[in-house]
Amino acid sequence: MNIDTLVMMANQIARNFAVRGEEAAVAAVAEHIRDFWDPRMKAAIVSANIDQLDPIAAKAIARLGSGPF
Amino acid sequence: MGYEPQADFGTPEVLSETIVSLTIDGRAVSVPAGTSVMRAAAESGGAIPKLCASDNLAAFGSCRLCLVEVDGMRGTPASCTTPVADGMVVHTQTPRLQKLRKGVMELYISDHPLDCLTCSANNDCELQDMAAQVGLRDVRYGYEGANHLGLGVDSSNPYFDFDPSKCIACSRCVRACDEVQGTLALTMDGRGFASTISAGQSADNFLSSECVSCGACVQACPTATLQEKAVKEIGKPERAVITTCAYCGVGCTFRAEMRGEQLVRMVPWKDGKANRGHSCVKGRFAWGYAHHKDRITRPMIRESIDQPWREVSWDEALAHTASRLNAIKTQYGARALGGITSSRCTNEETFLVQKLVRAGFGSNNVDTCARVCHSPTGYGLKQTFGTSAGTQDFDSVMDADVILLIGANPTDAHPVFASRMKRRLRQGAKLIVIDPRRIDLVRSPHVEAAHHLPLQPGTNVAVLTAMAHVIVTEGLADEAFIRERCDWDEYQDWAAFVSDARHSPEALEAVTRVPAADLRAAARLYATGGNGAIYYGLGVTEHSQGSSTVMAIANLAMATGNIGRRGVGVNPLRGQNNVQGACDMGSFPHELSGYRHISDGATRALFEADWGVSLDPEPGLRIPNMLDAAVDGSFRAIYIQGEDILQSDPNTHHVAAGLKAMDLVIVHDLFLNETANYAHVFLPGSTFLEKDGTFTNAERRIQLVRKVMEPANGLEDWQVTQALANAMGLGWSYSHPSEIMDEIARLTPTFAGVSFARLEEAGSLQWPVNAAHPDGSPIMHEDGFVRGKGHFVVTDYIPTDERTGPRYPLLLTTGRILSQYNVGAQTRRTENSIWHEEDVLEIHPTDAENRGLTSGDWVRLASRTGETTLRALVTDRVAPGVVYTTFHHPTTQANVVTTDYSDWATNCPEYKVTAVQVAPSNGPSDWQRDYDAQARQSRRIAGHAEAAE
Repeated sequence: MNIDTLVMMANQIARNFAVRGEEAAVAAVAEHIRDFWDPRMKAAIVSANIDQLDPIAAKAIARLGSGPF
Repeated sequence: MGYEPQADFGTPEVLSETIVSLTIDGRAVSVPAGTSVMRAAAESGGAIPKLCASDNLAAFGSCRLCLVEVDGMRGTPASCTTPVADGMVVHTQTPRLQKLRKGVMELYISDHPLDCLTCSANNDCELQDMAAQVGLRDVRYGYEGANHLGLGVDSSNPYFDFDPSKCIACSRCVRACDEVQGTLALTMDGRGFASTISAGQSADNFLSSECVSCGACVQACPTATLQEKAVKEIGKPERAVITTCAYCGVGCTFRAEMRGEQLVRMVPWKDGKANRGHSCVKGRFAWGYAHHKDRITRPMIRESIDQPWREVSWDEALAHTASRLNAIKTQYGARALGGITSSRCTNEETFLVQKLVRAGFGSNNVDTCARVCHSPTGYGLKQTFGTSAGTQDFDSVMDADVILLIGANPTDAHPVFASRMKRRLRQGAKLIVIDPRRIDLVRSPHVEAAHHLPLQPGTNVAVLTAMAHVIVTEGLADEAFIRERCDWDEYQDWAAFVSDARHSPEALEAVTRVPAADLRAAARLYATGGNGAIYYGLGVTEHSQGSSTVMAIANLAMATGNIGRRGVGVNPLRGQNNVQGACDMGSFPHELSGYRHISDGATRALFEADWGVSLDPEPGLRIPNMLDAAVDGSFRAIYIQGEDILQSDPNTHHVAAGLKAMDLVIVHDLFLNETANYAHVFLPGSTFLEKDGTFTNAERRIQLVRKVMEPANGLEDWQVTQALANAMGLGWSYSHPSEIMDEIARLTPTFAGVSFARLEEAGSLQWPVNAAHPDGSPIMHEDGFVRGKGHFVVTDYIPTDERTGPRYPLLLTTGRILSQYNVGAQTRRTENSIWHEEDVLEIHPTDAENRGLTSGDWVRLASRTGETTLRALVTDRVAPGVVYTTFHHPTTQANVVTTDYSDWATNCPEYKVTAVQVAPSNGPSDWQRDYDAQARQSRRIAGHAEAAE
């Protein structure tokens, strides 16, 4: 999967949940990705370069674990 | 059924709890107060002669044929304009009345051609019927006097003729155009003997006038003055079948009027609860594609897309396809396969495609075209209300006091509902339009929006948050409703957020470009103007914050208590005929039917027990993700039923790359569409006229689709999917779509009470249909939200990443036009193209002048994604800085220009905001020429002299 696309998606989700405050936003982003992303997308994003990720997205993705998905 | 004209009670039904009793020709009759004597007589089985009356029009009292005598009343009043009264004694047949009526008919017939035997309306003509009914035997005046018999026929409209020599000046056509359609294109020109029906100005004919060809005038005409050309060519229908239109999400029901196996005409069914007897140019007339020469009726296969197609038998096509699917599954795993269901196909067909993907392919990689239109509606309304659907029936609009229309253009995209809306607006309801364009409803005959907020594309959330700011800070919220029906703590969080000064209309004006005073006035009107109803379309959903906008709309409705009763609500206007149904049927990769998440073990177990397979608990790929994964090499095969993603989906180059990367692309369609240029298997499809099933419209109304002719390709679409499943070894044995619906009902709580037998009995049902709502649910959330307490979601405005700049200074937004539908596969193969033969680019005069452009010039439309060329239309319908086009024609391919940006929650593409530049051009681009050549090459069929178009 194109990691740039996935990073863009994750960051976009994080920006839209950010208004809830960090803790709630991190949980919401993780739940959203868990509920709507295909396993190969999850597997790809957990290996993304964390520097590209919004801090909320990075923490959410850390919560997804390392798979397998 | 055989051919019987639809019953006509003469004047509209009156709803009143007060019942009036009277006597008509000795019969005791009881009807609601306000009913006309004419209708009371008709309902009690004693029709009174009439010519100018029709029960979809207000009483007019002009033809003087419906005269009656009433005891104690002087003269002979017209029964159509005389309301019933308690104790009234009416006589409809007396020597005096007979003489009067015969005299009236003599005058009509003295100026009417006596060509009944050769007239196309012979035996289907109210004038002829009335002449017989009053016993007219001769005309004392002769036929030599001044008359209208020499007037020429206006044949300019492609679907119907206007023959003024047969006109009796009853004004039914004029009134239908006014009252039913609301276009007011027709008028009665002249006075007395010189009276003639005129379309537009004196220089106009029907084609050049403002007539929108809805067919209401043709339906209203009691003679052959306005008549379908098809009736003239084919003859009078001999049977009629009730079915459901396959165009937009309004879901009009029609009588398919047949002569043998030939469709003569589609006439809107007066008992249809979605359309109430009205139609638009597409549903009424644009069905000729079913017999178009481009239709592919034999299966075809090829090894690679540079080869010509090879026609094969169904057995060979299915065995080949199943073998290829199984081989790919074996080599790459189940998650390498997927499918796309069609919002143009029936619920039963859609359900089978997702079942094939989940139970046969073994993955959840199924998606539907709602991905690119209303997926944010599904997400947003489920989050806030608990159900992924609109809250009202269409009739509800007649109880609305304020209509807030945002990102929708119903007169073009949902014209039959737009006519209902216009009727309500003419009655005095107020209209607020939030749209970058000055759509027709902003100002049209007898309709003018109280407020038009021409926002900058991409700022919906900012505008709605500013409206919420006004409502909360000015104390206009309905606190009692919120405390009773919603989560109060969540409301307070939301109210605090929107009340922040940075969300005031004044603070956001620089972003939205909506004058703050106008926005404040609109917000006050919505909150305080009585019943407030919100209607929205793809101008809401097709944004990077589409889901946020849907939730912001839901927040507004909850904050003002505008939910849970007639006249209010949140109403997504669905694009295609069965978008709602396709979503209901489990077409999304994360949900089984009834919007239950695939990770829910109990739901999955229900399906696993019924289907006898194990289901993948992980969500599958969405359409754009499928294309990404195809390029990546992990997604290898796709079955696409009834969709043309190459033309309809954003960033055409990316779609093409994804399709090209796959090992197997199976297209199941009526025509060799643009996607088929990249296909290896083509399975011919059947039209809605050739199949049984159900569609679910935008008001959750499930309606039967009935087969009126045999499929030209030999199989209904559900049969093709079943045959493919069986070729893969699944052992399905449905013998009729009703059995598929039984399975849907068995597995889906909201459909528990639905069956073909119940639909036959009720005419239609609005889900949920279950033990709690055995007759369906016209209005949702009446006693409480489906999710329990209404959920206020804080929606922060996040600007799109798509930005204008020096290279791309304009914003492109895309949409539809009345006469064409979606990718145009159907309507482009009808006479409808006479109104729209190519996509054009609307551009404001200022922007056009800066570029030296005038209407008709070729222009190059370029974005960061791609470029195309089309002709310009200079108009101030669009604001400076905004341009607009449609995506109906593959020669334009507007989606070459649109981007991969999408809604954050659902990946619904951001069609409505693309930064572009517009410049003069000499004609089609190199890309367009190359694409045309490639398409022709791809459509070659071995053994055929010419490639199908």
